[in-house]
Amino acid sequence: MGINPQAFIRYALTLLALIASASAQAMAPIQHWQTSNGARVYFAPAPELPMVDIQLVFNAGSARDGDRPGLAQLTHTLLDKGADGLSANQIAEQLEGVGARLGGDSLRDMATLNLRSLSDVKYLQPAVAVFAKLVAQPDFNADDLNRERERMLIGLQYAQQQPEAVSEKAFYAALYGAHPYASPPEGTVESLKSLDRAAVQDFHKRYYVARNAVVAIVGAVDRATAEKLAETATAGLAAGEAAPTLPAVADFTAAREQRIEHPSTQTHVLIGQPGIRRDDADYFTLYVGNYVLGGGGLVSRLSEEIREKRGLSYSVYSYFMPMAERGPFQLGLQTRNDQAAEALKVLRETLSRYVAEGPTAAELDAAKKNITGGQALRVDSNRKILEYLAVIGFYQLPLDYLDTFNGKVEAVTLEQVRDAFKRRVQPERMLTLLVGGQ
Amino acid sequence: MLSRVILFTSACLLGGAVVAATPQVHEYPLDNGMKLLVKVDRRAPVVVSQVWYKVGSSYELDGHTGISHVLEHMMFKGTQKHGMGEFSRIIAENGGRENAFTSRDYTAYFQSLENNRLPIAFELEADRMRNLKLDTTEFAKEVKVVMEERRLRTEDDAQALTYEQFNAVAYLNSPYRTPIIGWMNDLENLQAADLQQWYQQWYAPNNAVLVVAGDVDPQAVLKLARKHFGGLTTSKIEASKPRREIEQRGLRRLVVKAPAEVPYLMMGYKVPALITAKDDWEPYALEVLAGILDGGDSARFTRELVRGQQIATTAGAGYDLYDRQESLLMLDGSPAKGHDIAALETALRAQIALLRDQPVSVAELERVKAQVLADHVYQEDSVFYQAMRIGTLESVGLGWQRLDEYLPRVQAVTAEQVQKVARKYLLDDRLTIAVLEPQPMDAGAQARAAAAAQGVGHGH
Repeated sequence: MGINPQAFIRYALTLLALIASASAQAMAPIQHWQTSNGARVYFAPAPELPMVDIQLVFNAGSARDGDRPGLAQLTHTLLDKGADGLSANQIAEQLEGVGARLGGDSLRDMATLNLRSLSDVKYLQPAVAVFAKLVAQPDFNADDLNRERERMLIGLQYAQQQPEAVSEKAFYAALYGAHPYASPPEGTVESLKSLDRAAVQDFHKRYYVARNAVVAIVGAVDRATAEKLAETATAGLAAGEAAPTLPAVADFTAAREQRIEHPSTQTHVLIGQPGIRRDDADYFTLYVGNYVLGGGGLVSRLSEEIREKRGLSYSVYSYFMPMAERGPFQLGLQTRNDQAAEALKVLRETLSRYVAEGPTAAELDAAKKNITGGQALRVDSNRKILEYLAVIGFYQLPLDYLDTFNGKVEAVTLEQVRDAFKRRVQPERMLTLLVGGQ
Repeated sequence: MLSRVILFTSACLLGGAVVAATPQVHEYPLDNGMKLLVKVDRRAPVVVSQVWYKVGSSYELDGHTGISHVLEHMMFKGTQKHGMGEFSRIIAENGGRENAFTSRDYTAYFQSLENNRLPIAFELEADRMRNLKLDTTEFAKEVKVVMEERRLRTEDDAQALTYEQFNAVAYLNSPYRTPIIGWMNDLENLQAADLQQWYQQWYAPNNAVLVVAGDVDPQAVLKLARKHFGGLTTSKIEASKPRREIEQRGLRRLVVKAPAEVPYLMMGYKVPALITAKDDWEPYALEVLAGILDGGDSARFTRELVRGQQIATTAGAGYDLYDRQESLLMLDGSPAKGHDIAALETALRAQIALLRDQPVSVAELERVKAQVLADHVYQEDSVFYQAMRIGTLESVGLGWQRLDEYLPRVQAVTAEQVQKVARKYLLDDRLTIAVLEPQPMDAGAQARAAAAAQGVGHGH
């Protein structure tokens, strides 16, 4: 919701956190240690601007909701609505009074909290003190819980009117069946209504603990200061235990098509199947291969067939979303309702041909050039470096992940891409989801 | 060459220790009227190149709405020298990111690259500035893509639909009344020949600004810009008519009915932009005023309406002082459970009345200023955003130098000035209110409702 943006961008920028390559040229080597209570810390100094970014990542996403969809998100939402006796207003006033910005997200795998502050200690110190309180000592007052629950319920209603949100939710539900990834992070009406203070407190007590946390720090501080920051930010957390491994995702065994009526002028078309884990052996091969299929913006095969040749959709894409367990492989587009069948046909044919034949040598070469040639762009801001640190920490990727990325991309061969797509992508048994009107 | 360095020793909660050494902007005019602006940021070996044209939807005439945006799409379709798709392919193979955006006041094209690859971007941009091939077959396909974009962004988004119709009512004769993406009927009737004419009219070096930011040597960039853009011929650029909005005479209301679940309210007060303001402190006071209402979680809307009275589930305020035409202070929101749109409107207007009646508190004012000051540092984290701000101010005719005054002018705003602009501009006679009235989402229910409205009625 909120005021509409007033600029139109030519094509949708890919939204996905598909971590790619980067050189160490623009950033210092990653430093890593643990806090005294066992949180894993990842730090990259960036002395140029007088600011610091701190991100806490907990293995506390909706995959931990169990039979109570929305629990992780409600817990996350309530953290800054009252802590250690401070009201939501006091928390906001204390942070904003020193120019600090608080952010965060509650996804399937992870719950994140970001603090951006000026690095001068007289602003940074009070900001981190408040940050530490809301992370470790949230009050979960009944009034706040009820209000935020109602807001989430209206959020669910709002999502019902957006075809993109409807299709995304249905896609995960159908693809993941009984797996925790099926559960909508934003919850369900029935579940949200049943959530109480005890549920939220228990969730926080179990998952917001040091051994279940990663701390990423980027900014104009030295190692000693970064160590103090990490200690302070996590000081109130119990050591606790890391969250258990999630169950493995089952294969999607038979083709299935689902249609959802929506009063929209376009049909949103999604097809896909479970894809890869973050630590998957095929990660680099599929990442490079997917660039050619539908990951490369306007230069992909899907873009060429759907948009450039036929004018069927403004945005068309494919991606592997690597998660702790197998995240989705998804292809998507949106087109005028009466063109949905044609667009779906072209989408499927393009995918099938690609899986059967693989990329050409020229295509593979172009993909590698883009991915490796853009290395400096991927770490050209503190914000981007922070996101890398968080992902490296959360998924426990090697510290030299960024340094070795380009080499791994370069090493991918035509035969490997063909082989990996044939093994990992089965166009004949995918989920097809159509949300729209007739 | 102009070069300026901001040095501020501010103010408020945040003391002088926070001075971010804002890097200088180097300004170089080329002989053909094109302006080059370079901002050095050596944190990473990257460069952003942006070409800004002073044309956007607010330059368009009725019947031709959306033409600037469609032309932006066509700019990727090739020239005599570089065929279909080659532009994007070359940038991609050089590891680059590229895109373009159209607003009411400008159209801009950008590439982000490793800093040693800037010549590639310049060569391609210079070529398509004067040599675009507007093929009718390609146009026929691309305008369909734009129609899909319109469906995606507007037709199927009830709040966006409300915003579009709101603008058409809030403005009577200002070009801000039409949507950037264009009315569907205008898109359906647009011709390749129209685009050709639009391209020739506006795409020329003397109507363009080249902004480069990143790890570059300004003199080397100048040399490179001269090489690629310096030889381009100029066009005679006719100044567009001012088309200043006539005075509003009384509150305007509209209702938008669309399939939706959540009601939505949008309100806008006519206010000056920096470029139209007679008193140039006023836009800065309006900027602070918007911050008092919605500048963070401690601001009034969240504190009073979302958490306090719990009338709103969301409430926002926005103002852009860098618009080219008279602007709006916008408010929007959706009611919380148990409240309706009327209650939300009353609550929002009570917040406005409070701004007129009482000066804002010192603590609130200081908090807004503290955030503005900190944001000034945070903004430096994005090379792209730095270039974007320079390009915006140049395109609307303010000049990039006005960026430097933003911080001191905001810091100088007093509680009295906030109250003054509230009293002068936040008046019913300057107000437009749009309400989204949700219609049933399922088709059957819609048909039944429509039938009932016509008194036909099916028996169930």
